[in-house]
Amino acid sequence: MNPVNYLYLAALLFTIGASGVVIRRNAIVLFMCVELMLNASNLALVTFSRLHGNLDGQILAFFTMVVAAAEVVVGLAIIVSIFRTRHSASVDDSNLMKL
Amino acid sequence: MTSTGEAVQFWVLAVIAVGGALGMLLMKKAVHSALCLAATMLSLAICYLAQGAVFLGVVQIVVYTGAIMMLFLFVVMLVGVTSEDSLKEQLKGQRIGAVLCGLGFGVLLIAGLANARLSHFTGLSEANAEGNVQGLARLIFTKYVWAFEVTGALLITAAIGAMVLTHREKIREPLTQRQLADRRVRDNIQLPPLPAPGVYARHNAVDIPALLPDGTVAEDSVMGTLRERGQIRDVSQEMLQRMAELEESTADWLGRPSSARPQVAGPRQALETVPTPTKEEAE
Repeated sequence: MNPVNYLYLAALLFTIGASGVVIRRNAIVLFMCVELMLNASNLALVTFSRLHGNLDGQILAFFTMVVAAAEVVVGLAIIVSIFRTRHSASVDDSNLMKL
Repeated sequence: MTSTGEAVQFWVLAVIAVGGALGMLLMKKAVHSALCLAATMLSLAICYLAQGAVFLGVVQIVVYTGAIMMLFLFVVMLVGVTSEDSLKEQLKGQRIGAVLCGLGFGVLLIAGLANARLSHFTGLSEANAEGNVQGLARLIFTKYVWAFEVTGALLITAAIGAMVLTHREKIREPLTQRQLADRRVRDNIQLPPLPAPGVYARHNAVDIPALLPDGTVAEDSVMGTLRERGQIRDVSQEMLQRMAELEESTADWLGRPSSARPQVAGPRQALETVPTPTKEEAE
């Protein structure tokens, strides 16, 4: 099997995640799409690590996971506090600045 | 080159991963999306394990599917399981445009990768010689130690941020049980405990109100939240129906004439709307 297959899979997952961010409206699902993109990049990094025969790629993937965890915690807290005030998790409803 | 076993494993996992990702994108309800994403993350974890990233594979399962996805599910439950995406478009044609952009992006990305000349993996046997975890630890605590320390600051900031964002100031002290009891006596509206929900010997679910002796519903027996939401299941009609059937079969068995059959008493509100079978027969 060609090593590039792993990269194709990563690219496909990243594309699905990126499309999801622009297609979906629910803020929670948007966050899941961002998580999917981060996961796809992690897969690419792990594959690069194996291609080059050193562990630097895995270290980068590890840091990505840490940042993703922090991001999710803050993001979900923001969603919860928006939901408390606006009673909606849809990103279309957050248009207070609009005339 | 890789082994045939790995190729088989890759294709199986790739199908699950892409299927899960598409499911996440297309499912209407957030809960279903979350479960689909969990499937994708698990299959990616096995991909990591197969590629020699043992530590990352385990961390992926523990942190992503264990912690992050459960946090997602927790928030979905908090925000409302039934919340669905609205299909109304704020910008005209935005969805179609988004799908086209996504397709274009994917084609560009994959066409770029297709130019790569990759035939074999160098393999991690040398890097993993003293163990994957040991190798990673050596790098984290030497070459990447600064990034690692910054990560600590990031995590603390995130934890404090989440606490600050979800914190609510108490406007007044909550009433104690003593004060509540005193108030109940003072107001003298409902001194004894509230009636329990459920219909004797038939239903005991909390959303089924108890019936008063005359067959009407005891509103107080269901908790306030369900009453507010209108999620009360009124079974008085059903009870009435069954009672009538019972009377009917008894009368049949005893061979009573229709004129001698007793009228079944029922809820006062219901009598006008739903005629009981005995009534119809009497006419």
